[in-house]
Amino acid sequence: MLELNGVSKTYGDASVVERTDLTIPAGRTTVLLGPSGCGKSTLLRLMIGLIRPDTGTVLLNDTELTSENALAMRRRIGYVIQEGGLFPHLTAEGNITLMARYLGWNEQVVGQRIAELADLTQFPRDGLRRFPAELSGGQRQRVALMRALALDPDVILLDEPLGALDPMIRAELQTDLRNIFRWLGKTVVMVTHDISEAGFFGDSIVLLRQGRIVQQGTLRELVASPADPFVTQFINAQRSPLETLRGNFE
Amino acid sequence: MKRLRWNLAAALLLNGASLLAQTAAPEVKVGSKSFTEGVILGEVVTQLARSSGVAALHRRELGGTQVLWNALRRGEIDVYPEYTGTLRQEILAGRSIPDDEALRQALAEQGVRMSRPLGFNDTYALGMKEQVAEQWGIRTISDLRRRPELKFGFSSEFMDRGDGWPALRDRYRLPQRDVRGLDHDLAYRGLDSGAIDVTDLYSTDAEIRYYRLRVLDDDLRHFPAYDAVLLYRADLPERAPQAVAAMLRLEGRVTAAAMIEMNARVKLDRVPETRVAADFLGTNFGLSTAAKEESARDRFFQNTRAHLTLVAISLTAAILFAVPLGVWAAKRPRAGHAILAIVGIIQTIPSLALLVFMIPLLGIGNAPAIVALFLYSLLPIVRNTYAGLHDIPLSVRESAAALGLPAGASLRLVELPMASRAILAGIKTSAVINVGTATLGALVGAGGYGQPIFTGIRLDDVGLILQGAVPAALLALLVQGLFELFERLLVPKGLRLKPAA
Repeated sequence: MLELNGVSKTYGDASVVERTDLTIPAGRTTVLLGPSGCGKSTLLRLMIGLIRPDTGTVLLNDTELTSENALAMRRRIGYVIQEGGLFPHLTAEGNITLMARYLGWNEQVVGQRIAELADLTQFPRDGLRRFPAELSGGQRQRVALMRALALDPDVILLDEPLGALDPMIRAELQTDLRNIFRWLGKTVVMVTHDISEAGFFGDSIVLLRQGRIVQQGTLRELVASPADPFVTQFINAQRSPLETLRGNFE
Repeated sequence: MKRLRWNLAAALLLNGASLLAQTAAPEVKVGSKSFTEGVILGEVVTQLARSSGVAALHRRELGGTQVLWNALRRGEIDVYPEYTGTLRQEILAGRSIPDDEALRQALAEQGVRMSRPLGFNDTYALGMKEQVAEQWGIRTISDLRRRPELKFGFSSEFMDRGDGWPALRDRYRLPQRDVRGLDHDLAYRGLDSGAIDVTDLYSTDAEIRYYRLRVLDDDLRHFPAYDAVLLYRADLPERAPQAVAAMLRLEGRVTAAAMIEMNARVKLDRVPETRVAADFLGTNFGLSTAAKEESARDRFFQNTRAHLTLVAISLTAAILFAVPLGVWAAKRPRAGHAILAIVGIIQTIPSLALLVFMIPLLGIGNAPAIVALFLYSLLPIVRNTYAGLHDIPLSVRESAAALGLPAGASLRLVELPMASRAILAGIKTSAVINVGTATLGALVGAGGYGQPIFTGIRLDDVGLILQGAVPAALLALLVQGLFELFERLLVPKGLRLKPAA
């Protein structure tokens, strides 16, 4: 379980996150949703300790994240970002196993783990020897996911993991990712600005605006009983193609 | 603190270098400046010292006055030929020195002794073609007053000097108006073709014989005396009395005519200085000194070894020092700006000036050259290391941090490999600059490919210049090729690929 208590973060004069309390339930997928600049990525980076909050605390399984334990805590959290953030000088396998090898895992265990992860993400074995520059965008994100999962973390954080992919590959990867999350049963937090993606993944959606939580609930709850006119406004802003067609015929 | 560290680093390098340089220690070390007359006199002195049964070494072509003077005071050489005018104007400038006795006194205060004049005065003089001077009946500078139509061409230095053309004109009240500044070599050719009639020269220039010039008598004693003398350390007579006695036999024995002749044989007839010096001693002192001449092959290997020593030590030290400095600069932005500014400033110091700065600290030989080359090699490596690390995308750095990789491991496993291409490119640049700049090492006695280059420039011998310039250029190309090979071996393959998507 991941908990944020009274967390706030300011950059200069701009308040990015205002005193926020948030509990991420274990074993489920929570989506942080909102327009650009609402603080959703900042929340994610606070959760893994890449930035320190000005006030408040972040707790992972009841342990407070501090600068002293940050390295150890991060090894229990997987982190995937938009363009993958893969290390270009290492092969896919090198990227995935960097941390395990650094921690001195024996080669047999490392080999087994790679095989498991490649099966899980349906990644071709021969692709493991390729460098990031030789992989497609979708394959790179699968490698990034494998890297995040390598140490079998308790929590997986994903920051717009599919944002840079074209729609067909994106849809395919969405399905695969959701299956993987359900199969693993891990605590997942995903950041997106796409309401349909949020609805597709999220057991629970946290809608943010200007550093504050506007509403937390399922997609159904957000649509049926919006806490604020902004909720409806945000949902309606993303027009579906079918609606557009209908509008043209009217 | 910084200075202390520099000194420490320099001392370490110095020890390494002097180990390389140490062979059987000679009892008398003779120095000479980088011009023909100095080298000939240095050779004469060396052979005289040897004739007294003392082991003597000639460190030839060490550079200019400051280099030789400092080397003498530090005991890196024991004796070198100098001119009284230079001592007055450059070394003891600003002190009132009425005569040679006062000069001797002032030098003694610095632990240096001066011989009696060797017999010739190498001062500024005016010269004309013998034939033209005869035609107009001109023997002295005063005689020029009678011929206002004569065309004067002077070296640019002479046009500007305190005792140069303006002062000379006022002193002699010379009426000539057709006066131009031009290159010294062009001036000789101008005399020959009749484009000019009078030029400035040194009274023992080899060209006096070659172009058949008449040196006009300075009848009003306008130019200061530049009597050739030997300067030697005050402790030398105790250490090697017989060598000093032998060297001082030169006092009053070298006439201007003999000096012009020797200069001309070296410069115009291309006879090696060792042979010219031996012939002089044979004729005037009845000495038969063995003029041992090295083969071109020996010289080439010696220069190559010296050059490679300079480059290898300075570049290795620069890499070991500059890469961590670049890392530090990238990790601590405030210190980084200061570091980049400092190494940038070092780079703007002219290389010759940097070498000369080193001499009071480190003397002559390999040490100042290696330290100067080391300093010069820093900037490209520091800057490229800094840029290579700085240009790593934030997403990659954060990914490494998010994995829970400690900063040191992130640097070693992720950041330095990603910056490796930039770092290697910086080292390559440094290495190529280093190979080229190391030729200047010859000016402070470090040898290398600069030795034939500077001798060649001095003797106007293109063949000799090429003996240094061609190997130096080839070495630079070789070094460049070597680093391109390293690049293939050391830069991870993933960084050399073009992105597919």
